[in-house]
Amino acid sequence: MVKAESRNLSFFYGDFCALKHINMPVHEHKVTALIGPSGCGKSTFLRCFNRMHDLYPGNRYEGEILLQPDNANLLASSVDPIEVRMRIGMVFQKPNPFPKSVFENVAYGLRVRGEGSRRRLEEKVEQALQDAALWSEVKDRLHQPAYNLSGGQQQRLCIARALATDPELLLFDEPTSALDPIATASIEELMHDLKERVTILIVTHNMQQAARVSDFTAYMYLGDLIEFGVTDELFIKPKMKQTEDYITGRFG
Amino acid sequence: MSDHASKQYDLDLGSIRSRVLAMGGLVESQIRRAIDALTTGNLALSDEVIEADHRVNAMEVSIDGDCSQLIVRRQPAAGDLRMIFAIMKTVTDLERIGDEAQKIARMAKNIHERGGTQAPPVVEVRHAAEAAISMLRRTLDCFARLDCDGAAEVIRDDAGIDTEFRSILRQLITYMMEDPRTITTSLEIVWIAKAIERIGDHAKNMAEYVIYIVKGTDVRHTGTAKLEL
Repeated sequence: MVKAESRNLSFFYGDFCALKHINMPVHEHKVTALIGPSGCGKSTFLRCFNRMHDLYPGNRYEGEILLQPDNANLLASSVDPIEVRMRIGMVFQKPNPFPKSVFENVAYGLRVRGEGSRRRLEEKVEQALQDAALWSEVKDRLHQPAYNLSGGQQQRLCIARALATDPELLLFDEPTSALDPIATASIEELMHDLKERVTILIVTHNMQQAARVSDFTAYMYLGDLIEFGVTDELFIKPKMKQTEDYITGRFG
Repeated sequence: MSDHASKQYDLDLGSIRSRVLAMGGLVESQIRRAIDALTTGNLALSDEVIEADHRVNAMEVSIDGDCSQLIVRRQPAAGDLRMIFAIMKTVTDLERIGDEAQKIARMAKNIHERGGTQAPPVVEVRHAAEAAISMLRRTLDCFARLDCDGAAEVIRDDAGIDTEFRSILRQLITYMMEDPRTITTSLEIVWIAKAIERIGDHAKNMAEYVIYIVKGTDVRHTGTAKLEL
């Protein structure tokens, strides 16, 4: 089952074409990894999915990203980017909790959605923290500042914040590049567990991470999608020489 | 294949590959000398082959260690991963070929210490051994050149050695029935013929790994039909 699909997607930063006619499916309840050298367009591609580029003038999309089950084109001008972001959560490279308490960080999206019931908020916050494998570590300090948490905990808090609004698709932009190996392992484990309820699209510079966590991998280069395939096959027997050269370190 | 961004990676991988070839060369000479010891009755040569097997074993351990190091340091992927994977399996086969050569040398020593061969078909055994050595050498060439077609040919040739083994077995049965005094020696020749047949099997395995390195296709246990793909 395909959860989202980019069709003939191109993207322009002003006159610069950063993505060229990308056609790629994102399979439901699977992890899809985007790999490629710096400047290949993988983060640009990821950010198209929740219309992050709308925040800056001069950016332009062509083509479509269809989100299932309603087959809605996320890029259509009639679609409100705020609505898109309700359905598609994002976690960034560096943990970016709000300068609020642990509880309020997770409750934030729910409050924006108009959830007023204290009991409902508490239930949802606990559930999101449980799902992000953070609950047992923070349940006694929910009202302390989020900045008191370690880097790995802050990143899981950001994941909990994204999960609280029940997104259908989660975007991870190099979520572990600022974390130590232990925290990285816990985030990777979490991604594996989260697959049951959300679809995940992740950008990573770490190819071993892509090989470990993803079911599908896409290799991008200079705005082109060079190869998309099942991760196990792509890392053992890639079809394209460019992919082979990149994953074996022959690039450049 | 073009070079890695890391020159040291190229050097490490290149060094491992050339040591596999050196190990192959040593193993080939072990078989050849073991067969010479059988046909000439040179007991000292038998002892040399038996003694030299530890060098083959040491090379296996050393190459395996270097492969582990390379995996830890470089996390090889795609063609490099297939290469390392195939090398680790190849050295296992080479080490077993070394064991077979040692076995042949032991049998040759036993036979000649009792006064040598009278009747059993040593000429045919030598012929089968030449075929097995040729398979091994061609496999190593294919490994060095990453030659899939040559590897497929080696795989097909294994059937010929199997046929020769059965033919030697039939002859030995005839000898043993005609003259029971040849039974002890004949049984030892059976073991030698079996060792040669096993060498052919190992060379075939190694040829299969060459195809895996080049094409990423696993042709083990698939028969020869898949070789044409």
